[in-house]
Amino acid sequence: MREYPAMPRSFAHLSDEAVVALVARSDQEALAELYDRFGRVAYGLALRVLRDDKFAEDAVQEGFLAAWRNADRFMPERAKASTWLLTFVHRRAVDLVRREDRRRAEPLPKTGEPAPSGSAEEDAWLHFERERVQAALRQLPDQQREALELAYYGGFTQSELAERLGQPIGTIKSRMFAGLAHLRELLAEPNGESAWKPTPFTT
Amino acid sequence: MEANALHDLTAAYALDALDPGDVREYEAHLARCERCRAELASLSEAAGALAYATEAPAPPAELRARILQQAQRERRNVVPLRPRWALPAAAAAAVVAACAAIALGAWAVSLHGKLDRQQRVAAVLGDPAAARNGLAGDRGTLVVSANGDAVLVLKRLAAAPPGKTYEAWVARGGSPQPAGTFEGGPQHSVVLLGQRVPQAAKVLVTVEHSGGSDAPTTQPFLSVQNSAQS
Repeated sequence: MREYPAMPRSFAHLSDEAVVALVARSDQEALAELYDRFGRVAYGLALRVLRDDKFAEDAVQEGFLAAWRNADRFMPERAKASTWLLTFVHRRAVDLVRREDRRRAEPLPKTGEPAPSGSAEEDAWLHFERERVQAALRQLPDQQREALELAYYGGFTQSELAERLGQPIGTIKSRMFAGLAHLRELLAEPNGESAWKPTPFTT
Repeated sequence: MEANALHDLTAAYALDALDPGDVREYEAHLARCERCRAELASLSEAAGALAYATEAPAPPAELRARILQQAQRERRNVVPLRPRWALPAAAAAAVVAACAAIALGAWAVSLHGKLDRQQRVAAVLGDPAAARNGLAGDRGTLVVSANGDAVLVLKRLAAAPPGKTYEAWVARGGSPQPAGTFEGGPQHSVVLLGQRVPQAAKVLVTVEHSGGSDAPTTQPFLSVQNSAQS
């Protein structure tokens, strides 16, 4: 059999889902690749929820380690790898902000230098994505947007939201559902790269 | 809580906004309710998109190293798969030709944890004598090994709608025989067919109600003939 020279591994051709498959085999280089793809957006999310860089780092670390431990249960037919990973980070961030609420009186440690920015390519892509999602958010009715933002970024539970906004919990549930469903439609990708659907087949 | 009330919690769960007391009850419901699982999958994509609306400064460089270090400490005790996957170079090249490098990773994902099945898929895709039948529109490949074992690789077939599933069939002359259900998804679907596929037989795929059917109840949206010479 022919032998091939050892080559540095490249993940560039792999889909996010394929990288998670390698993570499921305890491949640390794949975990590093996953971090390089999503560490920054994960950190931005955690920072938005927690408003503190040390807590945000903790949430990102815990989120990635949860992914490391659970990668073998990832089901690509159920979720994009990015959604799956960011769910771990978000859940951890929300847990932290809720716990931290109880000790809000304590001063928060404030450390860390302003972080350097990523590559120009990454900057451009994140900028593009941010504009796209923000534009979609702006198109939502105010009450739906408010419910989504307070829940997702604010870490408020639905009953806390009901109390805060002085609405019945059923109203809050409806706003969250309508807001997400609406957002999903606004963000749906036009054909180009999207998946194909079955159409009746005739011979 | 009533089932209807539990259905209503899906959006809050997708946003991590359930009250702690409701989480366990909802998750138990989720395990039983296919409708909620499908809805959660779709609402979670929208919730996940909210992460991208935030400003994203780069995290401190040490964070990456810290995560990797901790991961190494927790290294899970997993059977390494690589040796089992080792295929002759020619076969490996054929695998790549059959489904491209991206699909290779994707089917490893969808089959992860099902080693027996995984090995059978690897055996089919790695069989140098296997027949590779391309689908119209470059939508995938039907690979049939010399012994008739077959794998259908579909590129980016949208996930089956809630309450529905895709079902593969093998037809040769008579009525099509059921050959397994699958769900599709954003990446590649790799279906190890539950029936052997003789030469000149056709493989069909239909949309069926969840759980599948004994005979097709809808028009096939996909049909491919095995042109194997074996």
